[in-house]
Amino acid sequence: MLAIEGPPAGNADGYTDTEQLTQIMQQPRVVTGISTAPDAQASGATPLVRAHGVTLQYKTPDHLVTATYRVSFDIFPGERYVILGPSGCGKSTILKAIAGFLKPVEGSFTLKGKPVTGPGPDRLMVFQEFDQLLPWKTVLGNVMFPMLENGVSRADSERRAREALTKVNLGDFVDVYPHMLSGGMKQRCAIARAMAMKPDVLMMDEPYAALDALTRRKMQDELLQLWNDIRFTLVFVTHSIEEAVILGSRILVLSPHPGQVRAELNSPGFAYDARSGAAFHELVQKISFMLFGDRGGSH
Amino acid sequence: MSDTAIKHAPFVRQEYTRDVQVPASIGEVKRALPILERLWNMDMVRRISILVLLAIIWETYARWSANPLLFPTFTDTMEAWWSGIISGVIPARLVVTLRMLLTGYALGLALAAVFVTLAVSTRFGTDLLSTLTSMFNPLPAIALLPLALLWFGLGAPSIIFVIVNSVLWAVALNTHAGCTAVSETLRMAGQTFGLKGFRYVTKILMPAAFPAILSGLKIGWAFAWRTLIAAELVFGVSSGSGGLGWYIFENRNLLDTANVFAGLLTVMAVGLVVEGVIFRTIEIKTIRRWGMQH
Repeated sequence: MLAIEGPPAGNADGYTDTEQLTQIMQQPRVVTGISTAPDAQASGATPLVRAHGVTLQYKTPDHLVTATYRVSFDIFPGERYVILGPSGCGKSTILKAIAGFLKPVEGSFTLKGKPVTGPGPDRLMVFQEFDQLLPWKTVLGNVMFPMLENGVSRADSERRAREALTKVNLGDFVDVYPHMLSGGMKQRCAIARAMAMKPDVLMMDEPYAALDALTRRKMQDELLQLWNDIRFTLVFVTHSIEEAVILGSRILVLSPHPGQVRAELNSPGFAYDARSGAAFHELVQKISFMLFGDRGGSH
Repeated sequence: MSDTAIKHAPFVRQEYTRDVQVPASIGEVKRALPILERLWNMDMVRRISILVLLAIIWETYARWSANPLLFPTFTDTMEAWWSGIISGVIPARLVVTLRMLLTGYALGLALAAVFVTLAVSTRFGTDLLSTLTSMFNPLPAIALLPLALLWFGLGAPSIIFVIVNSVLWAVALNTHAGCTAVSETLRMAGQTFGLKGFRYVTKILMPAAFPAILSGLKIGWAFAWRTLIAAELVFGVSSGSGGLGWYIFENRNLLDTANVFAGLLTVMAVGLVVEGVIFRTIEIKTIRRWGMQH
Protein backbone atom coordinates (compact mmCIF):
# COMPACT_ATOMS: atom_id res chain seq x y z
CA MET A 1 0.00 0.00 0.00
CA LEU A 2 2.97 2.26 0.46
CA ALA A 3 5.29 3.42 -2.22
CA ILE A 4 8.91 2.55 -1.74
CA GLU A 5 9.77 6.23 -1.41
CA GLY A 6 7.05 6.83 1.15
CA PRO A 7 7.55 6.88 4.88
CA PRO A 8 8.24 3.48 6.44
CA ALA A 9 5.19 1.36 7.03
CA GLY A 10 5.19 1.73 10.77
CA ASN A 11 4.45 5.40 10.60
CA ALA A 12 1.26 5.22 8.62
CA ASP A 13 -0.73 4.09 11.59
CA GLY A 14 -0.33 2.52 14.96
CA TYR A 15 0.14 5.66 16.94
CA THR A 16 -2.18 6.25 19.85
CA ASP A 17 -3.92 9.50 20.65
CA THR A 18 -1.30 10.36 23.18
CA GLU A 19 1.31 10.08 20.54
CA GLN A 20 -0.55 12.45 18.30
CA LEU A 21 -0.68 14.85 21.21
CA THR A 22 3.05 14.99 21.35
CA GLN A 23 3.15 15.37 17.62
CA ILE A 24 1.36 18.68 17.87
CA MET A 25 4.78 20.15 18.41
CA GLN A 26 5.28 20.17 14.66
CA GLN A 27 7.18 17.00 14.46
CA PRO A 28 9.35 17.02 11.38
CA ARG A 29 9.06 13.94 9.24
CA VAL A 30 11.92 13.98 6.90
CA VAL A 31 12.44 10.91 4.83
CA THR A 32 15.76 10.67 3.17
CA GLY A 33 17.69 7.89 1.58
CA ILE A 34 15.09 5.16 1.72
CA SER A 35 17.49 3.02 -0.26
CA THR A 36 19.46 2.30 2.90
CA ALA A 37 16.38 1.50 4.96
CA PRO A 38 16.03 -2.21 5.74
CA ASP A 39 14.08 -4.28 3.27
CA ALA A 40 11.72 -5.63 5.89
CA GLN A 41 10.39 -2.18 6.51
CA ALA A 42 9.61 -1.43 2.92
CA SER A 43 7.87 -4.75 2.44
CA GLY A 44 5.24 -3.78 4.99
CA ALA A 45 6.37 -6.06 7.79
CA THR A 46 4.79 -5.88 11.20
CA PRO A 47 6.69 -4.13 13.96
CA LEU A 48 8.98 -6.28 16.08
CA VAL A 49 8.83 -4.10 19.17
CA ARG A 50 5.93 -1.82 19.92
CA ALA A 51 5.64 0.76 22.66
CA HIS A 52 2.08 1.93 23.32
CA GLY A 53 1.84 5.14 25.33
CA VAL A 54 4.43 3.99 27.81
CA THR A 55 4.84 5.95 31.03
CA LEU A 56 7.75 4.78 33.13
CA GLN A 57 8.39 5.69 36.72
CA TYR A 58 11.02 4.66 39.20
CA LYS A 59 11.48 5.24 42.88
CA THR A 60 14.35 6.90 44.63
CA PRO A 61 14.31 6.75 48.44
CA ASP A 62 12.55 10.14 48.52
CA HIS A 63 10.75 10.55 45.22
CA LEU A 64 8.71 8.82 42.61
CA VAL A 65 10.32 9.98 39.38
CA THR A 66 8.53 9.94 36.05
CA ALA A 67 11.18 9.02 33.52
CA THR A 68 9.11 8.97 30.35
CA TYR A 69 5.58 10.17 29.63
CA ARG A 70 3.34 8.36 27.17
CA VAL A 71 5.99 7.35 24.72
CA SER A 72 4.97 5.34 21.66
CA PHE A 73 7.11 3.96 18.88
CA ASP A 74 7.49 0.95 16.63
CA ILE A 75 10.69 -0.87 15.83
CA PHE A 76 10.76 -2.93 12.65
CA PRO A 77 12.87 -5.98 11.93
CA GLY A 78 16.28 -5.07 10.62
CA GLU A 79 16.14 -1.46 11.73
CA ARG A 80 18.96 0.33 13.47
CA TYR A 81 16.72 2.17 15.88
CA VAL A 82 18.43 4.84 17.92
CA ILE A 83 16.85 6.35 20.99
CA LEU A 84 18.40 9.76 21.42
CA GLY A 85 17.91 12.33 24.12
CA PRO A 86 19.63 14.51 26.67
CA SER A 87 20.71 12.84 29.89
CA GLY A 88 17.79 12.26 32.23
CA CYS A 89 15.22 11.87 29.47
CA GLY A 90 14.62 8.26 30.39
CA LYS A 91 16.16 6.66 27.32
CA SER A 92 18.05 4.03 29.29
CA THR A 93 14.91 3.45 31.32
CA ILE A 94 13.02 2.70 28.12
CA LEU A 95 15.66 0.16 27.16
CA LYS A 96 15.49 -1.47 30.59
CA ALA A 97 11.73 -1.66 30.21
CA ILE A 98 12.01 -3.33 26.80
CA ALA A 99 14.44 -5.75 28.42
CA GLY A 100 11.76 -6.45 31.01
CA PHE A 101 13.47 -5.11 34.11
CA LEU A 102 10.85 -2.45 34.62
CA LYS A 103 7.07 -2.48 34.31
CA PRO A 104 5.39 0.54 32.73
CA VAL A 105 2.85 2.25 34.98
CA GLU A 106 0.84 3.07 31.88
CA GLY A 107 0.91 1.60 28.41
CA SER A 108 2.74 -1.53 27.36
CA PHE A 109 5.57 -3.01 25.36
CA THR A 110 5.06 -5.87 22.99
CA LEU A 111 7.63 -8.05 21.29
CA LYS A 112 6.33 -9.84 18.19
CA GLY A 113 2.83 -9.04 19.40
CA LYS A 114 3.32 -10.60 22.84
CA PRO A 115 3.51 -8.37 25.90
CA VAL A 116 6.91 -8.11 27.56
CA THR A 117 6.71 -9.52 31.09
CA GLY A 118 10.28 -10.06 32.20
CA PRO A 119 13.86 -10.34 31.06
CA GLY A 120 14.61 -13.10 28.58
CA PRO A 121 17.23 -14.29 26.13
CA ASP A 122 15.21 -13.09 23.11
CA ARG A 123 16.23 -9.52 23.94
CA LEU A 124 19.89 -9.32 24.79
CA MET A 125 21.50 -6.19 26.05
CA VAL A 126 24.99 -4.78 25.77
CA PHE A 127 25.58 -2.43 28.68
CA GLN A 128 27.75 0.64 28.97
CA GLU A 129 29.72 -0.80 31.87
CA PHE A 130 32.75 -2.95 31.19
CA ASP A 131 31.91 -5.33 34.04
CA GLN A 132 29.09 -7.04 32.16
CA LEU A 133 31.34 -9.97 31.25
CA LEU A 134 31.56 -12.80 33.74
CA PRO A 135 35.09 -12.46 35.12
CA TRP A 136 35.31 -16.16 35.95
CA LYS A 137 34.86 -17.26 32.36
CA THR A 138 37.16 -16.87 29.40
CA VAL A 139 36.12 -14.83 26.39
CA LEU A 140 34.88 -18.00 24.70
CA GLY A 141 33.19 -19.17 27.90
CA ASN A 142 31.42 -15.83 28.20
CA VAL A 143 30.06 -16.00 24.68
CA MET A 144 29.00 -19.63 25.09
CA PHE A 145 27.39 -19.13 28.50
CA PRO A 146 23.97 -17.77 27.50
CA MET A 147 23.64 -20.38 24.74
CA LEU A 148 24.52 -23.25 27.09
CA GLU A 149 22.06 -21.94 29.66
CA ASN A 150 19.35 -21.92 27.03
CA GLY A 151 19.71 -25.43 25.76
CA VAL A 152 22.04 -25.00 22.80
CA SER A 153 24.36 -27.98 22.60
CA ARG A 154 28.00 -27.53 23.60
CA ALA A 155 29.33 -28.14 20.10
CA ASP A 156 26.85 -25.75 18.53
CA SER A 157 27.48 -23.02 21.07
CA GLU A 158 31.20 -23.31 20.62
CA ARG A 159 30.93 -23.07 16.86
CA ARG A 160 28.58 -20.09 17.03
CA ALA A 161 30.71 -18.43 19.71
CA ARG A 162 33.90 -18.76 17.68
CA GLU A 163 32.10 -17.43 14.62
CA ALA A 164 30.77 -14.40 16.49
CA LEU A 165 34.16 -13.72 18.07
CA THR A 166 35.86 -13.82 14.70
CA LYS A 167 33.28 -11.35 13.40
CA VAL A 168 34.15 -8.86 16.14
CA ASN A 169 37.90 -9.42 15.61
CA LEU A 170 38.45 -11.28 18.87
CA GLY A 171 39.34 -14.57 17.19
CA ASP A 172 42.81 -14.57 18.75
CA PHE A 173 41.60 -13.92 22.26
CA VAL A 174 39.16 -16.77 22.90
CA ASP A 175 41.06 -18.24 25.86
CA VAL A 176 41.78 -14.99 27.61
CA TYR A 177 39.97 -13.83 30.75
CA PRO A 178 38.04 -10.56 30.49
CA HIS A 179 40.29 -8.65 32.88
CA MET A 180 43.12 -8.93 30.35
CA LEU A 181 41.10 -7.18 27.63
CA SER A 182 40.96 -3.47 26.92
CA GLY A 183 37.68 -1.61 27.26
CA GLY A 184 36.94 -1.77 23.55
CA MET A 185 37.68 -5.49 23.43
CA LYS A 186 35.39 -6.11 26.39
CA GLN A 187 32.58 -4.32 24.57
CA ARG A 188 33.30 -6.35 21.43
CA CYS A 189 33.11 -9.52 23.48
CA ALA A 190 29.79 -8.42 24.98
CA ILE A 191 28.48 -7.70 21.48
CA ALA A 192 29.66 -11.12 20.28
CA ARG A 193 27.98 -12.75 23.28
CA ALA A 194 24.71 -11.09 22.41
CA MET A 195 25.02 -11.73 18.66
CA ALA A 196 25.82 -15.41 19.06
CA MET A 197 22.50 -15.94 20.83
CA LYS A 198 20.72 -14.61 17.74
CA PRO A 199 18.23 -12.59 19.77
CA ASP A 200 15.17 -10.96 18.19
CA VAL A 201 16.48 -7.60 19.30
CA LEU A 202 19.99 -6.54 20.20
CA MET A 203 19.87 -3.69 22.67
CA MET A 204 22.77 -1.41 23.42
CA ASP A 205 22.79 1.04 26.25
CA GLU A 206 25.42 3.64 25.37
CA PRO A 207 27.94 0.84 24.84
CA TYR A 208 30.67 3.14 23.62
CA ALA A 209 30.20 5.99 26.08
CA ALA A 210 33.07 4.83 28.29
CA LEU A 211 35.50 4.36 25.40
CA ASP A 212 38.06 6.81 24.10
CA ALA A 213 37.13 8.74 20.98
CA LEU A 214 39.36 6.77 18.59
CA THR A 215 38.17 3.39 19.80
CA ARG A 216 34.59 4.61 19.73
CA ARG A 217 34.81 5.60 16.08
CA LYS A 218 36.33 2.27 15.19
CA MET A 219 33.65 0.40 17.10
CA GLN A 220 30.88 2.37 15.42
CA ASP A 221 32.19 1.43 12.01
CA GLU A 222 32.58 -2.19 13.08
CA LEU A 223 29.01 -2.25 14.34
CA LEU A 224 27.75 -0.91 11.02
CA GLN A 225 29.83 -3.51 9.19
CA LEU A 226 28.41 -6.22 11.43
CA TRP A 227 24.89 -5.02 10.75
CA ASN A 228 25.63 -5.04 7.05
CA ASP A 229 26.70 -8.69 7.31
CA ILE A 230 23.88 -10.00 9.47
CA ARG A 231 21.07 -7.41 9.35
CA PHE A 232 19.96 -7.85 12.94
CA THR A 233 17.52 -5.53 14.69
CA LEU A 234 19.38 -3.02 16.78
CA VAL A 235 18.04 -0.71 19.47
CA PHE A 236 20.72 1.72 20.44
CA VAL A 237 20.58 4.33 23.19
CA THR A 238 22.88 7.32 23.05
CA HIS A 239 23.12 10.93 24.08
CA SER A 240 25.46 11.79 21.22
CA ILE A 241 23.73 13.29 18.22
CA GLU A 242 26.63 12.39 15.91
CA GLU A 243 26.59 8.80 17.09
CA ALA A 244 22.84 8.63 16.50
CA VAL A 245 23.17 9.99 12.99
CA ILE A 246 26.10 7.71 12.15
CA LEU A 247 24.63 4.51 13.55
CA GLY A 248 20.88 4.88 13.21
CA SER A 249 18.61 4.17 10.31
CA ARG A 250 15.83 5.71 12.35
CA ILE A 251 16.21 8.07 15.26
CA LEU A 252 13.73 8.61 18.06
CA VAL A 253 14.37 12.03 19.57
CA LEU A 254 13.18 12.38 23.16
CA SER A 255 12.57 15.65 24.96
CA PRO A 256 14.32 16.40 28.26
CA HIS A 257 12.95 15.05 31.51
CA PRO A 258 10.38 13.57 31.58
CA GLY A 259 11.04 12.04 28.19
CA GLN A 260 8.39 12.50 25.53
CA VAL A 261 8.66 11.79 21.85
CA ARG A 262 9.92 14.90 20.09
CA ALA A 263 10.48 13.42 16.65
CA GLU A 264 11.27 10.32 14.70
CA LEU A 265 13.77 10.93 11.93
CA ASN A 266 15.44 8.84 9.29
CA SER A 267 19.15 8.86 8.84
CA PRO A 268 20.36 7.91 5.38
CA GLY A 269 23.47 6.29 6.81
CA PHE A 270 26.66 8.24 6.44
CA ALA A 271 29.78 6.57 5.22
CA TYR A 272 32.96 7.68 6.90
CA ASP A 273 33.88 10.38 4.38
CA ALA A 274 30.32 11.70 4.20
CA ARG A 275 30.50 12.67 7.85
CA SER A 276 32.19 15.93 7.05
CA GLY A 277 29.60 16.73 4.39
CA ALA A 278 26.77 19.22 4.47
CA ALA A 279 23.94 16.67 4.72
CA PHE A 280 25.45 15.19 7.85
CA HIS A 281 25.83 18.54 9.53
CA GLU A 282 22.37 19.62 8.51
CA LEU A 283 20.82 16.60 10.20
CA VAL A 284 22.96 17.04 13.28
CA GLN A 285 22.02 20.70 13.47
CA LYS A 286 18.36 19.91 13.07
CA ILE A 287 18.36 17.41 15.92
CA SER A 288 20.48 19.73 17.97
CA PHE A 289 17.93 22.49 17.49
CA MET A 290 15.09 20.13 18.46
CA LEU A 291 16.82 19.17 21.67
CA PHE A 292 18.30 22.45 22.77
CA GLY A 293 16.52 25.15 20.80
CA ASP A 294 18.60 28.26 20.12
CA ARG A 295 21.00 27.60 22.94
CA GLY A 296 22.38 24.47 21.40
CA GLY A 297 23.31 25.99 18.06
CA SER A 298 26.65 24.29 18.00
CA HIS A 299 27.01 20.69 18.96
CA MET B 1 38.52 33.26 20.20
CA SER B 2 40.68 31.02 18.12
CA ASP B 3 41.73 34.03 16.05
CA THR B 4 43.13 35.80 19.08
CA ALA B 5 44.84 32.61 20.14
CA ILE B 6 46.63 32.48 16.82
CA LYS B 7 47.69 36.11 17.05
CA HIS B 8 49.16 35.56 20.49
CA ALA B 9 51.23 32.54 19.49
CA PRO B 10 54.82 33.70 20.00
CA PHE B 11 56.40 32.05 16.96
CA VAL B 12 55.83 29.23 14.51
CA ARG B 13 57.92 26.12 14.92
CA GLN B 14 59.00 23.80 12.18
CA GLU B 15 57.00 20.60 11.69
CA TYR B 16 58.76 17.32 11.11
CA THR B 17 58.10 13.61 10.55
CA ARG B 18 60.57 10.81 11.10
CA ASP B 19 60.97 7.15 10.32
CA VAL B 20 61.32 4.97 13.40
CA GLN B 21 64.01 2.30 13.60
CA VAL B 22 62.95 -1.32 13.28
CA PRO B 23 63.24 -3.03 16.70
CA ALA B 24 65.93 -5.42 15.44
CA SER B 25 68.33 -2.58 14.74
CA ILE B 26 68.00 -1.21 18.28
CA GLY B 27 69.79 -4.30 19.61
CA GLU B 28 68.98 -5.40 23.12
CA VAL B 29 65.25 -4.97 23.73
CA LYS B 30 64.73 -7.60 26.39
CA ARG B 31 67.27 -9.11 28.83
CA ALA B 32 66.86 -11.70 31.57
CA LEU B 33 67.35 -10.34 35.10
CA PRO B 34 70.28 -11.66 37.16
CA ILE B 35 69.58 -15.01 38.85
CA LEU B 36 69.68 -13.57 42.40
CA GLU B 37 67.14 -10.90 41.55
CA ARG B 38 64.88 -13.50 39.98
CA LEU B 39 65.16 -15.72 43.08
CA TRP B 40 64.36 -12.79 45.34
CA ASN B 41 61.28 -12.09 43.22
CA MET B 42 59.84 -15.46 44.24
CA ASP B 43 57.42 -15.27 47.20
CA MET B 44 58.50 -18.63 48.52
CA VAL B 45 62.18 -17.68 48.68
CA ARG B 46 61.47 -14.46 50.55
CA ARG B 47 59.17 -16.19 53.01
CA ILE B 48 61.53 -19.05 53.74
CA SER B 49 64.35 -16.62 54.34
CA ILE B 50 62.18 -14.86 56.92
CA LEU B 51 61.60 -18.20 58.66
CA VAL B 52 65.33 -18.96 58.65
CA LEU B 53 66.08 -15.54 60.08
CA LEU B 54 63.54 -16.06 62.87
CA ALA B 55 65.02 -19.48 63.67
CA ILE B 56 68.50 -17.95 63.94
CA ILE B 57 67.29 -15.20 66.28
CA TRP B 58 65.48 -17.80 68.38
CA GLU B 59 68.52 -20.06 68.65
CA THR B 60 70.82 -17.19 69.54
CA TYR B 61 68.52 -15.81 72.21
CA ALA B 62 67.85 -19.24 73.75
CA ARG B 63 71.56 -20.05 73.95
CA TRP B 64 72.29 -16.69 75.46
CA SER B 65 69.56 -16.97 78.11
CA ALA B 66 70.47 -20.64 78.75
CA ASN B 67 67.21 -21.50 80.48
CA PRO B 68 65.66 -24.56 78.78
CA LEU B 69 62.76 -24.60 81.23
CA LEU B 70 61.51 -21.19 80.11
CA PHE B 71 62.91 -20.95 76.60
CA PRO B 72 64.31 -24.08 74.94
CA THR B 73 66.59 -23.65 71.96
CA PHE B 74 65.37 -24.01 68.42
CA THR B 75 67.33 -27.24 67.99
CA ASP B 76 65.87 -28.75 71.19
CA THR B 77 62.39 -27.85 70.04
CA MET B 78 62.99 -29.40 66.64
CA GLU B 79 64.29 -32.54 68.32
CA ALA B 80 61.23 -32.72 70.55
CA TRP B 81 58.99 -32.10 67.56
CA TRP B 82 60.68 -34.75 65.49
CA SER B 83 60.50 -37.37 68.24
CA GLY B 84 56.88 -36.41 68.84
CA ILE B 85 56.13 -36.99 65.18
CA ILE B 86 58.16 -40.22 64.99
CA SER B 87 56.51 -41.66 68.09
CA GLY B 88 53.14 -40.89 66.58
CA VAL B 89 51.91 -38.80 69.52
CA ILE B 90 51.67 -35.50 67.69
CA PRO B 91 50.04 -36.97 64.55
CA ALA B 92 47.46 -38.76 66.71
CA ARG B 93 46.64 -35.55 68.58
CA LEU B 94 46.52 -33.66 65.32
CA VAL B 95 44.02 -36.13 63.87
CA VAL B 96 41.73 -35.72 66.89
CA THR B 97 41.94 -31.94 66.60
CA LEU B 98 41.42 -31.84 62.85
CA ARG B 99 38.46 -34.16 62.94
CA MET B 100 36.73 -31.93 65.45
CA LEU B 101 37.69 -28.87 63.51
CA LEU B 102 36.41 -30.11 60.17
CA THR B 103 33.11 -31.21 61.70
CA GLY B 104 32.60 -27.80 63.25
CA TYR B 105 33.77 -25.96 60.13
CA ALA B 106 31.46 -27.92 57.84
CA LEU B 107 28.48 -27.44 60.15
CA GLY B 108 29.24 -23.74 60.41
CA LEU B 109 29.44 -23.37 56.63
CA ALA B 110 26.17 -25.24 56.10
CA LEU B 111 24.38 -23.01 58.59
CA ALA B 112 25.95 -19.93 57.03
CA ALA B 113 24.67 -21.04 53.62
CA VAL B 114 21.15 -21.30 55.04
CA PHE B 115 21.32 -17.85 56.62
CA VAL B 116 22.77 -16.22 53.50
CA THR B 117 20.18 -17.84 51.24
CA LEU B 118 17.49 -16.42 53.50
CA ALA B 119 19.21 -13.05 53.55
CA VAL B 120 19.58 -12.66 49.80
CA SER B 121 16.04 -13.78 49.06
CA THR B 122 13.99 -11.88 51.65
CA ARG B 123 14.25 -8.57 53.42
CA PHE B 124 13.34 -10.24 56.69
CA GLY B 125 16.23 -12.65 56.19
CA THR B 126 18.60 -9.72 55.67
CA ASP B 127 17.47 -8.11 58.91
CA LEU B 128 17.67 -11.42 60.75
CA LEU B 129 21.21 -12.07 59.56
CA SER B 130 22.48 -8.58 60.24
CA THR B 131 20.94 -8.52 63.72
CA LEU B 132 22.30 -11.92 64.65
CA THR B 133 25.76 -11.18 63.25
CA SER B 134 26.00 -7.89 65.07
CA MET B 135 25.05 -9.73 68.27
CA PHE B 136 27.28 -12.78 67.98
CA ASN B 137 30.22 -11.70 65.82
CA PRO B 138 31.85 -9.48 68.45
CA LEU B 139 31.35 -12.19 71.08
CA PRO B 140 34.45 -14.38 71.39
CA ALA B 141 33.15 -17.86 70.65
CA ILE B 142 35.21 -19.23 73.51
CA ALA B 143 33.05 -17.18 75.90
CA LEU B 144 30.22 -19.56 75.09
CA LEU B 145 32.25 -22.54 76.28
CA PRO B 146 31.00 -22.50 79.91
CA LEU B 147 27.45 -22.50 78.58
CA ALA B 148 28.27 -25.22 76.06
CA LEU B 149 29.77 -27.37 78.82
CA LEU B 150 26.55 -26.96 80.75
CA TRP B 151 24.41 -27.95 77.76
CA PHE B 152 26.50 -30.61 76.09
CA GLY B 153 28.82 -31.77 78.85
CA LEU B 154 32.55 -32.41 78.65
CA GLY B 155 33.25 -33.68 75.19
CA ALA B 156 33.33 -33.11 71.49
CA PRO B 157 29.80 -31.65 71.13
CA SER B 158 30.70 -28.69 73.32
CA ILE B 159 33.81 -27.92 71.32
CA ILE B 160 31.97 -28.31 68.05
CA PHE B 161 29.29 -25.95 69.32
CA VAL B 162 31.80 -23.18 69.96
CA ILE B 163 33.55 -23.83 66.64
CA VAL B 164 30.26 -23.52 64.76
CA ASN B 165 29.70 -20.24 66.54
CA SER B 166 33.09 -18.92 65.57
CA VAL B 167 32.70 -19.92 61.90
CA LEU B 168 29.06 -19.19 61.22
CA TRP B 169 28.90 -15.44 61.76
CA ALA B 170 32.15 -14.49 60.10
CA VAL B 171 31.39 -16.56 57.00
CA ALA B 172 27.75 -15.48 56.77
CA LEU B 173 28.66 -11.81 57.14
CA ASN B 174 31.29 -11.95 54.40
CA THR B 175 29.25 -14.03 51.99
CA HIS B 176 26.25 -11.80 52.35
CA ALA B 177 28.33 -8.66 51.91
CA GLY B 178 29.84 -10.23 48.79
CA CYS B 179 26.45 -11.09 47.33
CA THR B 180 25.05 -7.61 47.86
CA ALA B 181 28.16 -6.10 46.28
CA VAL B 182 27.69 -7.92 42.96
CA SER B 183 27.33 -5.23 40.33
CA GLU B 184 23.89 -4.38 39.02
CA THR B 185 25.17 -4.81 35.45
CA LEU B 186 26.27 -8.36 36.08
CA ARG B 187 22.95 -9.18 37.73
CA MET B 188 21.00 -7.76 34.81
CA ALA B 189 23.25 -9.56 32.34
CA GLY B 190 22.52 -12.83 34.14
CA GLN B 191 18.81 -12.17 34.09
CA THR B 192 18.71 -11.32 30.40
CA PHE B 193 20.22 -14.78 29.77
CA GLY B 194 17.07 -16.17 31.34
CA LEU B 195 18.63 -17.27 34.63
CA LYS B 196 16.30 -17.37 37.61
CA GLY B 197 16.20 -18.68 41.17
CA PHE B 198 18.70 -21.37 42.10
CA ARG B 199 20.55 -21.28 38.76
CA TYR B 200 20.89 -17.51 39.04
CA VAL B 201 22.36 -17.81 42.54
CA THR B 202 24.80 -20.61 41.72
CA LYS B 203 25.87 -19.39 38.28
CA ILE B 204 25.93 -15.64 38.73
CA LEU B 205 25.78 -14.53 42.36
CA MET B 206 28.11 -17.10 43.93
CA PRO B 207 30.98 -16.85 41.42
CA ALA B 208 30.66 -13.06 41.33
CA ALA B 209 30.79 -12.93 45.12
CA PHE B 210 33.55 -15.52 45.32
CA PRO B 211 36.34 -13.17 46.45
CA ALA B 212 34.24 -12.21 49.48
CA ILE B 213 33.16 -15.80 50.05
CA LEU B 214 36.77 -16.98 49.99
CA SER B 215 37.89 -14.32 52.42
CA GLY B 216 34.97 -15.37 54.64
CA LEU B 217 36.15 -18.98 54.47
CA LYS B 218 39.66 -17.89 55.44
CA ILE B 219 38.50 -15.81 58.37
CA GLY B 220 36.16 -18.59 59.45
CA TRP B 221 39.00 -21.09 59.28
CA ALA B 222 41.29 -18.91 61.38
CA PHE B 223 38.56 -18.29 63.96
CA ALA B 224 37.72 -21.99 64.14
CA TRP B 225 41.35 -23.03 64.55
CA ARG B 226 41.97 -20.49 67.31
CA THR B 227 38.76 -21.29 69.11
CA LEU B 228 39.42 -25.01 68.98
CA ILE B 229 42.93 -24.83 70.43
CA ALA B 230 41.71 -22.45 73.12
CA ALA B 231 38.79 -24.73 73.99
CA GLU B 232 41.10 -27.74 74.20
CA LEU B 233 43.41 -25.84 76.50
CA VAL B 234 40.51 -25.10 78.84
CA PHE B 235 39.28 -28.59 79.38
CA GLY B 236 41.47 -30.71 77.21
CA VAL B 237 40.42 -34.30 77.07
CA SER B 238 37.31 -35.28 75.26
CA SER B 239 36.19 -38.86 75.41
CA GLY B 240 39.57 -40.14 76.50
CA SER B 241 41.80 -38.76 73.74
CA GLY B 242 43.01 -35.21 73.69
CA GLY B 243 43.92 -32.99 70.78
CA LEU B 244 46.80 -30.62 70.22
CA GLY B 245 45.61 -28.13 72.81
CA TRP B 246 45.59 -30.86 75.39
CA TYR B 247 49.08 -31.94 74.29
CA ILE B 248 50.35 -28.42 74.99
CA PHE B 249 48.54 -28.26 78.33
CA GLU B 250 49.80 -31.69 79.39
CA ASN B 251 53.42 -30.94 78.61
CA ARG B 252 53.27 -27.64 80.42
CA ASN B 253 52.17 -29.56 83.51
CA LEU B 254 55.15 -31.85 83.05
CA LEU B 255 57.37 -28.77 82.63
CA ASP B 256 58.53 -30.22 79.33
CA THR B 257 58.79 -26.85 77.65
CA ALA B 258 60.39 -28.16 74.46
CA ASN B 259 57.29 -30.26 73.85
CA VAL B 260 55.05 -27.27 74.58
CA PHE B 261 56.94 -25.42 71.87
CA ALA B 262 56.63 -28.44 69.58
CA GLY B 263 52.86 -28.42 70.10
CA LEU B 264 52.69 -24.70 69.37
CA LEU B 265 54.79 -25.19 66.26
CA THR B 266 52.39 -27.86 65.05
CA VAL B 267 49.48 -25.46 65.51
CA MET B 268 51.33 -22.83 63.50
CA ALA B 269 52.45 -25.31 60.86
CA VAL B 270 48.88 -26.46 60.24
CA GLY B 271 47.80 -22.84 60.03
CA LEU B 272 50.55 -22.08 57.53
CA VAL B 273 49.80 -25.10 55.38
CA VAL B 274 46.08 -24.39 55.20
CA GLU B 275 46.59 -20.69 54.56
CA GLY B 276 49.68 -20.95 52.36
CA VAL B 277 48.90 -24.08 50.40
CA ILE B 278 45.18 -24.86 50.38
CA PHE B 279 43.67 -21.38 50.36
CA ARG B 280 46.46 -19.99 48.22
CA THR B 281 45.95 -22.67 45.58
CA ILE B 282 42.23 -21.96 45.50
CA GLU B 283 43.00 -18.27 45.22
CA ILE B 284 45.44 -18.67 42.35
CA LYS B 285 43.13 -21.02 40.47
CA THR B 286 40.10 -18.79 40.87
CA ILE B 287 40.02 -15.13 41.76
CA ARG B 288 43.59 -14.32 40.68
CA ARG B 289 43.12 -15.96 37.32
CA TRP B 290 39.83 -14.13 36.95
CA GLY B 291 41.47 -10.81 37.76
CA MET B 292 39.22 -10.26 40.75
CA GLN B 293 42.22 -9.94 43.06
CA HIS B 294 45.72 -8.77 42.27
